[in-house]
Amino acid sequence: MKKSWWKILCIALLFYTLIGGLILDVPRKKILNETIRNIYFHVPMWFGMMVLLTCSVVYSIKYLRKPDLLHDIYATAYARTGMLFGVLGLITGAVWANYTWGKPWSNDIKQLGAAMALLIYAAYFVLRNSMTDIDKRARVGAVYNIFAFAMLFPALWIVPRLMESLHPGGAGNPGADPRDMDGRMRLIFWLGAVPGFILLGLWISTIIIRFRKIEDKNLLHV
Amino acid sequence: MFNLSVKKTVLAVLLLVTGQSALYAQEKVEMADGLRSSGKIYVVVVVLAIILAGLFVFLINIDRKVSRLEKESQKQ
Repeated sequence: MKKSWWKILCIALLFYTLIGGLILDVPRKKILNETIRNIYFHVPMWFGMMVLLTCSVVYSIKYLRKPDLLHDIYATAYARTGMLFGVLGLITGAVWANYTWGKPWSNDIKQLGAAMALLIYAAYFVLRNSMTDIDKRARVGAVYNIFAFAMLFPALWIVPRLMESLHPGGAGNPGADPRDMDGRMRLIFWLGAVPGFILLGLWISTIIIRFRKIEDKNLLHV
Repeated sequence: MFNLSVKKTVLAVLLLVTGQSALYAQEKVEMADGLRSSGKIYVVVVVLAIILAGLFVFLINIDRKVSRLEKESQKQ
């Protein structure tokens, strides 16, 4: 394995999250009951998605500053894993909602925002694949990626704060309600789950990137 | 007059205290206590840990394979 210390850290953190998250005590809440443990697995998906899509847009900007296909490979790989995390977040959210809010999809503003953001990113790949010219595809993709990233903020961060939401925290903080988590939960969440899943996303992305580098060796002239 | 207002205050404080305590009285929230006390929760933990371990082994293998490919392509 290449540069393996953070990969080992990732494995350790995720095992800590899994074992600690299932065994250790959690606050007793009505409606949520034991499903409060989903916080360790559902919420880090969104943290991971946000980090990966940020990496993606950074490389898109780099590509526009200096058109090197390597940057394009980075940008697409991060966008792909970011979307994977987003889709997993949406599905796990729907499963969780089915048992706590009564139905999998209740047109909650946060759900709609997340679905919208994912559709925008799906369009990024459709747009890229509609072009055969490699340089043109990379350039248009990079420009679109910046717009897509800019759309994340109203969809995920701003609008849910303005509207009524079924998500905890209500208007104000749509992601996590600090009152729902106690000290023990916060320890697993912030120390184990969030960095663990972010590292996992980065790991998968780097494997895709390294593979694409070998595959497109002739185009990259390195 | 004074007496009345004292009574009122005492009543208000009492109401507040009892109201608060009713609010904070822990209702019995149903949790999977049986699963925990019987120890069967560990079965779930072990199953999930095996799946996670399997996924990691798979990922590490892919990582190694890519490393080997990188070396080969550098030689060429």
